[in-house]
Amino acid sequence: MTSSASATELMPYDDVLAAYDPALGLEVHVELNTASKMFCGCPAVFGGEPNAGVCPTCLGLPGAMPVVNGKAVESAIRIGLALNCDIAEWCRFARKNYFYPDMPKNFQTSQYDEPICFDGYMDVDVDGETYRVEIERAHMEEDTGKSLHVGGSTGRIHGADYSLVDYNRAGIPLIEIVTRPILGAGEKAPEVARAYVAQLRELIVALGVSEARMDQGNLRADVNLSLSPKGSGVLGTRTETKNVNSFRSVERAVRFEMQRHAAILSGGGSILQETRHWHEDTGITTSGREKSDAEDYRYFPEPDLVPVAPSREWVEELRGTLPENPTTRRARLQAEWGFSDLEMRDTVGAGALGLVEETIAEGAAPQAARKWWLGELARRSNEDGVDLVDLPITPADVARIQALVDEKVVNDKLARQVFEGVLAGEGTPDEVVEKRGLAVVSDDGALGVAVDNAIAANPDVADKIRDGKVAAAGALIGAVMKEMRGQADAGRVRELILEKLS
Amino acid sequence: MGHGTTAALLADRLAAGEVTSVEVTQLHLDRIAEVDERVHAFLHVDAEGALGQAAESDARRARGEARGPLDGVPIAVKDVLATRGLPTTCGSKILEGWVPPYDATVVTRLRAAGLPILGKTNMDEFAMGSSTEHSAYGPTRNPWDLDRIPGGSGGGSAAAVAAYEAPLAIGTDTGGSIRQPGAVTGTVGVKPTYGGVSRYGLVALANSLDQAGPVTRTVLDAAMLHDVIGGHDPRDSTSIQHEWPSFTEAARSGSTGDLSGVKVGVITEMQGDGWQPGVMARFNESVELMVQAGAEVVEVSCPSFVHALATYYLILPAEASSNLAKFDAMRYGLRVTPDGDPSAEEVMRATRDAGFGDEVKRRIILGTYALSSGYYDAYYGQAQKVRTLISRDFDAAFAQVDVLASPTAPTTAFRLGEKLDDPMAMYLNDLATIPANLAGVPGISVPNGLAEEDGLPSGLQLLAPALADDRVYRVGAAVEALHERQWGAPLLDKATGLEGATR
Amino acid sequence: MPEISRDEVAHLAMLARIDLSDAELDHLAPQLSVILESVASINGVAGDDVPPTSHALPLTNVFREDVVVPGLTAEEALAGAPAVEDQRFSVPRILGEEA
Repeated sequence: MTSSASATELMPYDDVLAAYDPALGLEVHVELNTASKMFCGCPAVFGGEPNAGVCPTCLGLPGAMPVVNGKAVESAIRIGLALNCDIAEWCRFARKNYFYPDMPKNFQTSQYDEPICFDGYMDVDVDGETYRVEIERAHMEEDTGKSLHVGGSTGRIHGADYSLVDYNRAGIPLIEIVTRPILGAGEKAPEVARAYVAQLRELIVALGVSEARMDQGNLRADVNLSLSPKGSGVLGTRTETKNVNSFRSVERAVRFEMQRHAAILSGGGSILQETRHWHEDTGITTSGREKSDAEDYRYFPEPDLVPVAPSREWVEELRGTLPENPTTRRARLQAEWGFSDLEMRDTVGAGALGLVEETIAEGAAPQAARKWWLGELARRSNEDGVDLVDLPITPADVARIQALVDEKVVNDKLARQVFEGVLAGEGTPDEVVEKRGLAVVSDDGALGVAVDNAIAANPDVADKIRDGKVAAAGALIGAVMKEMRGQADAGRVRELILEKLS
Repeated sequence: MGHGTTAALLADRLAAGEVTSVEVTQLHLDRIAEVDERVHAFLHVDAEGALGQAAESDARRARGEARGPLDGVPIAVKDVLATRGLPTTCGSKILEGWVPPYDATVVTRLRAAGLPILGKTNMDEFAMGSSTEHSAYGPTRNPWDLDRIPGGSGGGSAAAVAAYEAPLAIGTDTGGSIRQPGAVTGTVGVKPTYGGVSRYGLVALANSLDQAGPVTRTVLDAAMLHDVIGGHDPRDSTSIQHEWPSFTEAARSGSTGDLSGVKVGVITEMQGDGWQPGVMARFNESVELMVQAGAEVVEVSCPSFVHALATYYLILPAEASSNLAKFDAMRYGLRVTPDGDPSAEEVMRATRDAGFGDEVKRRIILGTYALSSGYYDAYYGQAQKVRTLISRDFDAAFAQVDVLASPTAPTTAFRLGEKLDDPMAMYLNDLATIPANLAGVPGISVPNGLAEEDGLPSGLQLLAPALADDRVYRVGAAVEALHERQWGAPLLDKATGLEGATR
Repeated sequence: MPEISRDEVAHLAMLARIDLSDAELDHLAPQLSVILESVASINGVAGDDVPPTSHALPLTNVFREDVVVPGLTAEEALAGAPAVEDQRFSVPRILGEEA
């Protein structure tokens, strides 16, 4: 089934906001970077030979039993503390019962009405304003296996003839973080959703509990949205959207659903409570499974495990291991870097804070780091439709390119070509400069010849300069740069011109 | 090997060099070949493996490296425990031919102690039943009378031991599946304190109730076996870390038959109407014997016990319905592919319909119902609370007495087919045994005579507080000794079901 | 009086992924009604103040160290599989969406 964009009616965004208040909810799954799985000693690394990383427990063999990974519990508590949550004094695991071929036991060992963390919040910065997103809960659960669908045209489930299942991923620890409904974001709802996920990611990375890469599946977001008539205070029917694989997609999916819901509601229709699937290529959601109560999970406490009762001493010990609070961290970095409020806001808003920080750590000046990430690279990420963090270039690369500019090996304009080359996979910055022959010509002899040529070709301009109108040198610089195909240091060229015409 | 052969005796003879493990194992294999066609205790016999393990045992002994008292004594294992390289069917078609790639911890410990494994014994499908008639591979027959049930769900293990096909067996007990077969076959069965024996590799029926335990002919044998298999297992999160005393010592010390200073509580709610007169008669005589041996006997009321059956038949199906979801034709076991181009879901449904028997289906449906939203609080939730009341009754009782006593089962072995059409009638077999599983306390069934009506064995059940398994063995051994003095010979000598066979 | 209708049994069988035939439904529903009637007797037996029990001896905090321990080989894992392709479990077409 292909996504038929033409079939979905959308209300113009401004009209949506005139008539409706959006309510957002986000469910984010974090795949932990523990060495072993949640309930057994198999490696918690997806990949490798299929089904070579399993044991009776994660394969769900009859008779096998789970044992809780203490490190996963520790990570769950630290995530909860970083999100200002209460940590349960006593909680249990529960079975979520449903059938699916990628589920080895046909139940997922998760937590139901006794999550380990609950009642927290995260302050999210959007365009200089702070939105407090309330966290309802964070709980521990296990991942499923992974299916390859064979025979269909798209490699997806629909139209596949059969599927091949690899259980290496089954049992890898996940922490699910669920927000309370986010109200009052209004027109900023899409940005708030995006900012929440991006800033949550920063927090997770700072804690060191996960790589948290959306493009690699170790950070997954499901977006819930409903609309209510403006000012009514009555929450509408919500839809859940899955397959949202980047911060960008989060924002776009929220916006799309807002427009889609509004079109239906204003036409007198009602929203079907369902799970939808986001398509980044076409920018639409399509209908998935109906999220009705036909799926009764029949939760009950996991009888093969005993309760988790973290002592208050342990919790306080873990509180001591938390990284700096994000708000405090941002204030500190802003002061260190000397950014203005607007520059800081733009950096955070672009999801570039961590990247800029790492680039500075690699030796670049703060403003230079900011310039490249928010300029050239932000432009590229928009064009390519990917998040900044997913571009195939590292902070070390960026710092190196700036260093090449500082060393006058390349100039600003050439540097852009170096970026292009690195992004295209041609190699490291130095390799790209080499391969493409981008190095600035620093030989005064060669430069001098070009300068002489420019002077000879522009006698009037030369005269002006001799008369003291130094500003006129610009035109000659341009001519020299053209002859040198940009591979000259403009400053040196200017010096030479003035020397020769003094 | 004649009448009165026990594992303890075999252990002594092995140690004395009077007999080899290969000889002992071969004798049992011969016995199996002779009688098992009629008894059908075994689903799988591993002659080659057992003899190989026996030979290794003999070699060890020759080197002076015998692993323990039971090194070289063969054993049968209920088919609900995973045994690497040996088929493990749980008595179900859905696992026909499944060979586990791993051993249950109990099996690992048996191997480490040097016991050759003769094979896997028959059982009610997925341990759901009290007669072994729900096995997908045909029933096991009681060696006392081949037209009668051997009890369930562990009828195979009990019959094997009663028919001298094995000196020892491992069973599992969720609501009486070790103790009740023990009672109706004239053998000994013990359910340890919950958490006392590892459940890793025990295909779960009701996770909060299941325990593996010894199935033997004598209390001492059971104690020796329990010493091998018990103890904490890091692979089982529900297993207890506890310094268990030697059960062998406890059984030996009890075998004097002296019960002075022991307070015995007779459970009010486990006698009277609904209990076969012959069974009650034997029970009352047993109580009298205990008094004569110095015990103080009082009546103890456990009022919540009347709710035990209902509680059990809510908790078990609920947990089982979830445990059995993994049998879906995707990773192992039976796969039934309907005609046409079926989806995975259609294959799952067809397979589970074909692969599960009626009793299993009943309990899965019941369990699914009990856990359904809207019903959880009234059923499963409520049942877990009633468990607390039952535990409190035990606590109150054990504040007054050292052990509790009751008949193990309400009747002797009934005829095959007699209760198959009436599930509730079948469930009533577990009346006396269920409370112990709900509270997690240890219990034993010891043969206490034959009922007049039919000349068939009955059993005496003794229960002790959680962690007091040694008391179960001490008092059990005493009671056993008292009875055997009366009889002058083991009760099993009177079993005539296999007439014509040589022992 | 908790009875269970044939339709309810059919619904539960669907949830439990068991394809019950009409004959089976006819057979099982009355049996289940009888059983349910019996087990429903526990209704109201335990008051709100009674906590639930799941273990004879209340254990908590049983954890394992976060270390990798050897498991099964792929061959062992796939040994019992009804169908295998490319070292994966081959399953019939799955309806519905991926997680």
